[in-house]
Amino acid sequence: MSINSLVCSSATEAARLLGSNPRARYFGGGTLVMRAINEGDQSFDTIIRINDPELTQMQIAGNRLVIGAGVTMSALLRHRDAGFLHAAARSVGGPAIRHMATVGGNLFAQSPYGDFATALLALDAEVIVADGSRMALVDFLARRNPSSGPTPVVTQVSVNRPASAGDFWFLKVSRVKPKGISVMSFAAHLPRAANQLQQVRVAVGAMAPTPVRMLSVEQALEGHALDAASIEAAARVALEGLTPPTDAIATSWYRSEVAPVHLKRLLTGAMR
Amino acid sequence: MSKVPVQLTLNGSDRSVFVDPGQNLLDVLRRSLGDLTPKYGCGQGTCGCCTVMIDGETRLSCLTLAESVDGCSVETVAGIGEGAQLHELQTAFMEHFAAQCGFCTTGMLMSAKHLLDNNPSPTRDDVVEAISGNICRCTGYEPIINAILDVAARRGSGRHTS
Repeated sequence: MSINSLVCSSATEAARLLGSNPRARYFGGGTLVMRAINEGDQSFDTIIRINDPELTQMQIAGNRLVIGAGVTMSALLRHRDAGFLHAAARSVGGPAIRHMATVGGNLFAQSPYGDFATALLALDAEVIVADGSRMALVDFLARRNPSSGPTPVVTQVSVNRPASAGDFWFLKVSRVKPKGISVMSFAAHLPRAANQLQQVRVAVGAMAPTPVRMLSVEQALEGHALDAASIEAAARVALEGLTPPTDAIATSWYRSEVAPVHLKRLLTGAMR
Repeated sequence: MSKVPVQLTLNGSDRSVFVDPGQNLLDVLRRSLGDLTPKYGCGQGTCGCCTVMIDGETRLSCLTLAESVDGCSVETVAGIGEGAQLHELQTAFMEHFAAQCGFCTTGMLMSAKHLLDNNPSPTRDDVVEAISGNICRCTGYEPIINAILDVAARRGSGRHTS
């Protein structure tokens, strides 16, 4: 496979080149695109990289954490301010993969991969693209299909910082320990005011073509105390709006059977 | 497409090589630089057989764009010993029968070396986590884990195997 390789000094330049060449792919950490090259994927013949160090920066902006798209999982694990995301980052591959895989790249991982994006989704993530515009991650993921036009170049992801460590929970379910591909993954942001859940966000991965918010679960929990009754109510509606896939890891039936159980385990853990 | 010149340090030696755009580092190490220690297992980032260290961090060479290591220091199993003297991890792998078919061994050794370079006193869980990206289909992992823990213990007590 003959590849044309280009390096850009800015995301703007990369976005321009990607927009003008439908056979070009953005190359981040390499864990997705290099894999495609090794497989002999003929759908692209050009790779575009960016060498702007700005993409590897992280900073706090008020109650938000802004993460450069080129920040690797291992870099994030070294960052104290990103502690609430460490469980999700650790769930990505083994150490060597985490030295390569980027936050931006995880947004493009196909199910059942992309567990980190599940965590971002539960933190009301916003995606910032090369032209500076912002969009909610939930909208970005919905538009991710390549047939919907050129994929924007992501430069940063901004997420809510939970007020306390006990407000954010992440669970990856896999059959192989300690590391395996997701049967499913859950993330829940459970802020509380006067012991009542407020602005609840729950997301799930590997239960649809992209990670999705569990809107019915959020509604079942919103305004209630996190207790056995509200958790049971949330579990009853866990499958609403989901289209679990059948793949090499699990069948749609299996995922449907166990999703409420694992959701209850996550929420019960948060209750303690 | 025209070749790309890459200069790197491989196991302490300066090397220059022309690579194809889009070529992976594993291919360059094995075919162009003659280092056959990293293995081609899956090409997918799943098996860990191709694990090397780049600037002190483990990476999967099958997923690393060769041209991206220009100016970097690359370390493979071929360079962890001193001349004919094996690295203490290699000796411990022999003593603990931690290699059977041996295909995963070079990747395991690089992951183990990275762990001990950064954490001289790992727990068993630390070791399991460190090799979690390396698949072994022969040993059941226990001899590998024991070999790594043994090296850490010997270092801690001042006893070295090599």
